[in-house]
Amino acid sequence: MHELAITQSMFDLVLEQAKKAEAKKVGKINLVIGEMTGVVGDCVQFYFEFISKETLAEGAALSFVMIPPKARCRDCGKTFEPREFDWACPYCQGNNMEIIAGKELFVESIEVE
Amino acid sequence: MEIKVLKDILSANEQIAERNRQLLDSKGVFAVNLMSSPGAGKTSLILETIRKLKGKIRVGVIEGDVSSSVDAEKVGKEGVPVLQINTGGTCHLDANMLLSALSNMPLQDIELLIIENVGNLICPASFALGEHKRVLISSIPEGDDKPFKYPLMFDIADAVLINKIDLLPYLKFDIRGFSQAVRGINEKVEIFQISCATSHGIQEWVSWLLTQMSRR
Repeated sequence: MHELAITQSMFDLVLEQAKKAEAKKVGKINLVIGEMTGVVGDCVQFYFEFISKETLAEGAALSFVMIPPKARCRDCGKTFEPREFDWACPYCQGNNMEIIAGKELFVESIEVE
Repeated sequence: MEIKVLKDILSANEQIAERNRQLLDSKGVFAVNLMSSPGAGKTSLILETIRKLKGKIRVGVIEGDVSSSVDAEKVGKEGVPVLQINTGGTCHLDANMLLSALSNMPLQDIELLIIENVGNLICPASFALGEHKRVLISSIPEGDDKPFKYPLMFDIADAVLINKIDLLPYLKFDIRGFSQAVRGINEKVEIFQISCATSHGIQEWVSWLLTQMSRR
């Protein structure tokens, strides 16, 4: 259910940027979402259609770039995509790691007319 | 025309959280954001903490729940200022909810504010409130796989409390593996083994909390 709050924040941010650019219409919104945030694209889409009604972002296409989790092993320094239930480094089997990707939640760009 | 934005979707929340932190700092209040899944023992920990700090530190509590005021009533019996936020369906607290709650909290009368977040291991990790420390409770009956299932929550926590440690003999829970996994994800985290039923480890937790408060 956090998609509603996230979609509202995203919408506010998009509208602010579009108004700054004196745009008449927002055609597309490019979003980057880390898988670890648990944000579901379909839910964002659903709420967006509702929130954007009768605004310059109505009908805008949403594009999602989903970023899978990525970790760097603190022991051997290699980077890898951790698997669920087994967060061991596939190279040295250590489980001492730093999460370096998968937490993203931002608006990359918007396309306006 | 394409406009580069490159802005965090939750930047508005972050800004309000920063304002909350400034307000708390100006009143000399240390705030803890307490998170866990439902039933892990957030309210029990709050009660234990209040009792340990009675006469030493003046505590205030903000209870976040989807509905009901059961928790606030329990905490209110301890004679501390308590405020209930009902999110009305939303599965986490956000900085704006805390901002309105703070205006109704007698900040001049307290030194420690414990904010009990909505029971959930996903969304609360993304919404800063303006707290000074984030504390996560993970309890023995939940199982030892939680760090792998909810890594973000373990990544952002300053302290992880393993609650219901008194149940360890009866349940399958690899405490060494769990602690190793948590430390693996989050190098700086403090881990405490506690039981709100037997008060095991509560003294260590409270000492850590007092140290954090004095360091600020």
